[in-house]
Formats: sequence, structure tokens, C-alpha cells
Amino acid sequence: MQTEILPYIVEPRKDTGLYNAKVGIWLFLASEVMLFGALFSSYILLRVGAAEGTWPHHLLNIPLGTINTLVLICSSVTVVMSWASLKLNQWSKYKFYQAITILCALIFLGIKSFEYTDKFTHYEVVLKNGTSMTGHVEGSPLFLNLNKLKAAKTESIGFHPDAHASGHAEGAKGEAGGHGEGMKIATADITKLECFGPWHSTYLAIYFTLTGLHALHVFAGACVIFAIWGPLAGLWKKDPERYTNRVEVSGLFWHFVDLVWIFLFPVLYLL
Amino acid sequence: MQPTTKESHHAAEAHEEHHHEELGFLRKYIFSTDHKVIGIQYGITGLAFLFFGFCLMLLMRWQIAYPGRSIPFFGPLLERMLGSDVAGGGVMSANLYNSFGAMHGTIMVFLAIVPLAFAAFGNYVVPLMIGAPDMAFPRVNMASYQSYVLGSIIMVVSFFIPGGAAQAGWTSYSPLATSIDTNGQTFWLIGMIFLITSSLLGAVNFIATIIQLRAPGMTWMRLPFFVWAQFVTAFLLLLAFPPLEAAGVMQLMDKVAHTSFFLPTGLSVSGQIAPISGGGSPLLWQHLFWFLGHPEVYVLILPAMGIVCEIIANNTRKPIWGYKSLVYSVLAIGFISFIVWAHHMYLTGMGTKISTFFQTTTMIISIPSVIILTCMFISLWGGSIRFNTPMLFVLAFLPMFGIGGLTGLPLGFNFSDIHLHDTYYVIAHFHYVVAPGTIFALFGGVYYWFPKITGRMMNEWWGKVHFWLSLVFINLVFQPMFAQGMAGMLRRMSDGGVNYSMAQNQGGVIGGLSDAMIHLNVTVSHAAWALGLAQLPFIINFFWSIKNGRKVTSDNPWESTTLEWQTPTPPPHGNFAHAPQVFRGPYEYSVPGKPRDFTLQNEA
Repeated sequence: MQTEILPYIVEPRKDTGLYNAKVGIWLFLASEVMLFGALFSSYILLRVGAAEGTWPHHLLNIPLGTINTLVLICSSVTVVMSWASLKLNQWSKYKFYQAITILCALIFLGIKSFEYTDKFTHYEVVLKNGTSMTGHVEGSPLFLNLNKLKAAKTESIGFHPDAHASGHAEGAKGEAGGHGEGMKIATADITKLECFGPWHSTYLAIYFTLTGLHALHVFAGACVIFAIWGPLAGLWKKDPERYTNRVEVSGLFWHFVDLVWIFLFPVLYLL
Repeated sequence: MQPTTKESHHAAEAHEEHHHEELGFLRKYIFSTDHKVIGIQYGITGLAFLFFGFCLMLLMRWQIAYPGRSIPFFGPLLERMLGSDVAGGGVMSANLYNSFGAMHGTIMVFLAIVPLAFAAFGNYVVPLMIGAPDMAFPRVNMASYQSYVLGSIIMVVSFFIPGGAAQAGWTSYSPLATSIDTNGQTFWLIGMIFLITSSLLGAVNFIATIIQLRAPGMTWMRLPFFVWAQFVTAFLLLLAFPPLEAAGVMQLMDKVAHTSFFLPTGLSVSGQIAPISGGGSPLLWQHLFWFLGHPEVYVLILPAMGIVCEIIANNTRKPIWGYKSLVYSVLAIGFISFIVWAHHMYLTGMGTKISTFFQTTTMIISIPSVIILTCMFISLWGGSIRFNTPMLFVLAFLPMFGIGGLTGLPLGFNFSDIHLHDTYYVIAHFHYVVAPGTIFALFGGVYYWFPKITGRMMNEWWGKVHFWLSLVFINLVFQPMFAQGMAGMLRRMSDGGVNYSMAQNQGGVIGGLSDAMIHLNVTVSHAAWALGLAQLPFIINFFWSIKNGRKVTSDNPWESTTLEWQTPTPPPHGNFAHAPQVFRGPYEYSVPGKPRDFTLQNEA
């Protein structure tokens, strides 16, 4: 470690009222705004440009999305509380609140990966006679498609069509919930078999890109918060003010990540 | 550097005292967090890529001048390195030509000029000029350089994968970019994500440093213009690059996850309907790309203008004319550069109303550029100019950039752009801005700050040889392209326009180019190779002078007013022996009543 030669690492500069890292994180967030802004703009352009009636609605599970929104809002509160606790010199409270933050991040990612898996096991099948159905393939395989079926020389698949042909919101509630009778489809009859992955439609493409990038941000933010909370906690004894600043800066990033979700949820789930 | 005399022994000892633990080689030169070392790392890597990108073009120029003929000496080498499918018999195939063309643009812009103009000069000079001990985030600075190196390695590796490097031009327009059957585009996109990360980290660091670490008394209006230029450049990088990153992620999804962000419904590739969901928009890619692409132009030129301003003030020995106009103009350019991007897209059919809007903003942005150039011309007025090598390069910058800028006007009007779009005229235009413009300013900067970095001067006579040869040949390279472009010769043709001359031979002049126009290809190629030879004096001079150049006798050999010359030479870790206090503006040359013709910024 080289000796610190820089000013304003801890104490704010008089004329700007800020310490270095705070300037840095705000600039970084400005750049992040442009990154997500570009993706949101792309969403708008793609949606406006879509042929009438082709943009899917209610493809996602709104209750799960709502829970995730609440989880992230909760974590935003605990991040502030943990920083405030440090300002009040209450170390154990800080540890407690920040543990909840990390837990919230894990819950969020858990629910998100459940939603992803749900999409990867949900299929659209088009038959030679022109009928198109959505539903689940028996055994819930991931990323199945016609080429894989042919390569594995599978003669036929068991298929459980969704009860509601138009949407998936009900179907997602559970295997038993919205499914009609199971049926057998011969591989030879299928012209297209595709799960609801990003390649399925432009809507799903932007959904996976936006939420995937957001999930990466959640993961990265949680890692940083955890690092400060655990392995780097020794700094609190040596330089409490600097440590508090680190918590503040990581908290600012965390708020930004939450804010992105606040926009993502209505745009992707509700509209 | 070898300490050879008593004096430099003392300097070395003082240096060691300054930071007690002597760092190992790795920490000192490879994983350094010192802004000066990082600046030098960026400088050396950037210069190497500048040369590499230039060499790609020199090979392409053979194919343009003598299409289908084996490249002497280098042809067999290419065949052995890249395989006989792309360079069979030493002849550059169309695919290889496209790869080289795409990578020439990518390397020159993202791996050479930006790292040199912004990262190298900015890193070395900005903290010194504002009187700071280092950049605000030294470790972030190191991460920025490492990310740049990773990105460049990925770019270079892509030449050697099956199918070769990206072939869709540096602009990577979809659906072409994702339809070409090579993974080069995937490498390109992943490489770009590293490069964008690098410039994001650099931009945050520069802005934070300039806001937070100015020495006491260094108010905003006392900043040297170079610092202002870097400040605005950093904002452009900070805010314009992320949309390209978003676009890159989406194109990567198109390529890897087979999404259809930029692929329209009913797209057919090689006569077959592509197995995609469709519904995407090719125009979206162009909008996102040029949203970066146009501010990027100013990223290339603003640091160069900053260098020009410093060297002019120093060598005319008088204050820069219109310092405040310069500052406000550079800020205006920064803002307006975000709303001119679609003038690259007049021919996409986005509509006349949108074209008119972007045509208007494009004309408006030329005003602050002209103000900057005018201020610099007027600054020469009545000065007793010292014609040393840096000053020669900078003096050449002014008319060369002028040509580049003025020839941009017909491209900015959508009616004249219809004729000139995608021709050699465009190539000539933007190369006049970047090559004899930016690169000349960078050369000037290298000659100017070399003594601060090494403690030795570069050879003046060979510097002048380098300058005059470069000036002559670079004009011989790009001037004929204006004519070719106006005659209608399209760019990006792997046969140098042979199809045009055939059209002419088939009776009449319809669609044909005259033989004179086609023959200019040969002239240009010879000039380009001569320009390559003209760089040898620079390369030799550069390395020779590090060890054998004339030693400087003072820390301020050019008798400059700005703070970077008030450090020991070369500056030690932490830069200043005593924290400087600033009392005056940056260009107080020839102040009446002062004993010397330059008054230091930190002179009370």
C-alpha cells in the first residue's frame, strides 16, 4: 500500500462540499443513467415500431414482480438505516441492517431466477396443421427446440397446453392451476418448438436484456456491500469516518439500482 | 533512464527519499497507480496501436492501387499468418480487406487516438497542470488502463480466429454485422465493452480530479485551456459511451442469444429467410451508434485543440487571444455535440423533418468550432513566434483542421450529402480532421512534453524532417480523395473501383470513373507508403532521445507559465516538492514591467 498523498479522501473540499468518492459515484451514476436510458429508449422505439397487436401483454407474473419491488424498497430503507447507525456510532445496528440489505438482494435474485426458469420451461409449439399452442413440455426441460428433439431422435413429447391461450399470467401460478389436459405430440408434426427465451420475441429480448443487466447490478452492489460489511470491516476501527463514507457511497449505488427497478416493474410487467 | 551524471544521481536519491519503500518492477511499471506511469503506459500502447492501424491501411492501399496482385513481401507473410483462404497467394481477399478496413477504423479511434489524446496526455499532464499530487482515484486509474489492455488484446486476437476479425466497418451496422459468418463481430463487441469500461473509469477520474484536486488559487477561469478541453472530453465520454455499450449488449444478444433487436421482420440472409423472431429495427442501431459516434469526433479533436492552445501560447510568447471565448466555446461544443448525431443518417429515410433538425444543429455546432480556430489564429498575430518542432506541428494543425472542418459543411447539408455520402470525399474530410489535425497536434504534444517526462529534448533537426515530410505526404494522401469522392467513387470497395472503370469501358461514361480518377489510387498509395517512411525519423528520434537526447538544463525548458513545469524533472511520486499556490491565469506571457517574458502561475 502506498502512502496516501491525496487530499479530500475523507473530509470534504470546502468549495465543493464533497469528498472525492462522492463526486466519483455521482458521475458514475450519471453514466449509468445514460446506459439504462438508452435501453429504455430502445424499448420505446421497439414497442412503437411493433406491428399492431404483436406486442405481448401480461406475459409476466405480476404478484412475483410486486413482491420483488417490495423487497428492493425494503432494502433501500435498511441501507439508509445502516448508514445512519454508523453516523450514530451504533456498530451492531449497522451490521444488522446491512445484513437485511444483503438478504433482500438474495431474495430478489432468487425470485428473479425462478421467473427466468419459468420462462425457459414455457413453450410455444406450432404444428404442421397450423395450430399454435403455448404450454409446458412434460418433464419441464430447459431450452428445448425442434433441432434438439430431432438430434435426440425423440418420437414424441408430452405437452400440457395453457388453459388460457392468450396469456401466461394464470398459468404461472403453478403446474396444476391453469393447465388443460395433457396431450402427446409427435415430433414429425411439429414445425416450431420454442421456449419463451429472449429469441422468442422482441419484447422478451428487451425484457431479458434489461432485467439481466439490472440483476447484474444487484449482484455487484450486493457484493460490494457485503465486502464492506464483512472482509473490509476492519477499517471501522482505524478510520471510522472513511468507513462511513464507503457505506454511503455503496448505498448511493444501491438506491440507483432500486430506482431502475422502480421503472422496470411498471414498464415490463404492467404496461 | 540511466543516471549518468552527478546531478541526476541527486535527483534519484531525492526520489527514493520521497517514498520510502522501493517498489518492485511490477508495482512500479506494470501495476502502477501513479498517474504519470499510467499516462506513459497509455502513451506507448496508444502509439503502438497508431502504428499498427496505419500498417493495416498501408496493406489495404496496395489492394486499392493494384487490385488482385500479390502484395510484395507482406503477402506471403499474411498468407502464412492468417491462412490461404483469406490471403491465398499473397493476395488480399475481399473478406480480409473488409476486416482490415473495419479494424483500421476501430483501432485508430478506440485503441490509438482516444487513449493517446485523452488518456495519455490527460493522465500525465492534467494533474500536473492543476497542481494535484495524483489523480483522484489512483487504483481506478490503474483499472482503466488494464481494462483498455484487455479490450485491445481481444481485438487483436480476433484477427486470428477462423473467419477473421469483424468485417462490417467500425460502425458495425446491423443486420450486416450479425449476418457475416465470423465470430469476429462477437470479439469486437466484447472488446468494445472492455474499452467502454476503460473510458468510463477514466472519465469519472478526470472529472473528479479536476473538480476536487485543483491547487489553492486555481480557480476555474485560471485553468489552462488544455484542462478545460479534457474536462469537456471526459463528460462526452462519460455520457455518450453508455448508449453504445447498451447497443453493444443488444447486438451481442442478437449475435449470441439470437434475439432480433436490430433485425427486421422478414430479413433474408443469402437468399434464405432468417430463422429469427424479427420485429427489430436496424435504424435503432444507427441511432445508438451515432449518439456515441458524433460526440466521439469531439473526443478526438478537443484534447488536440487543448494541446494546440498550450503550445501556441508558449511559442508566441503572448497571452492566448479570447481565453473566455475558448472556454465557453468548448462548453458549447460539449452540449451541442449530443444533438447532431443523425447527420450521419440522412440517407436512411428517417424523414425530411428530422433531417432538417439535425442539419440545423450541425450548422450551429460549427460556430463554436470556428470561434476556437479563430482565437488561435488571432493569437499568432504580432507574436515573435519560435518555430520549434512542436510549434510547426501546431501551426500546421490550424489550416489542416480548417480544411477538415470546412469540407464537413457540404456533408452537414442533407441535400449535398446525398451526392457525397459514402464516397471518398467523406474519408478525406474526416481524415483531415483526425490525421493532419489531431495526430499532428499529438505529435506536437509529444515533442513539447517529452523533456518533462524524460529530462531530455528530442532532436530538433530530425523533428523538422519528420514534420515537413509528414505534412507533404499527408496532403498528397488525402487531397486526391476529395476529387475521387466528388467524382462519385464509393468507399469500402475491396477492388479500388475497378468495377467503375469496367463500366466505363463498356461503352460510354455512364456510371464510370475516368482513368485519371482511378489512377489517383496509385498516387495516393505511393504517398501513403512515403508517409509511412516519414514516420521513421520520429520513431528513431523518440527512442534514441530517451537515452541520448540533449539533457535539459532547467525544469522549465520552454519557459512556460503553467504548473506542470514547476515540478522536478521527471516529476517524482506526489509530483510537487512544495504544494503550489496559484495567483494568476495560465497565459501571462510578456507582461509589461516584469523582468522575464513569462510569469509563472504560482508566482506571487
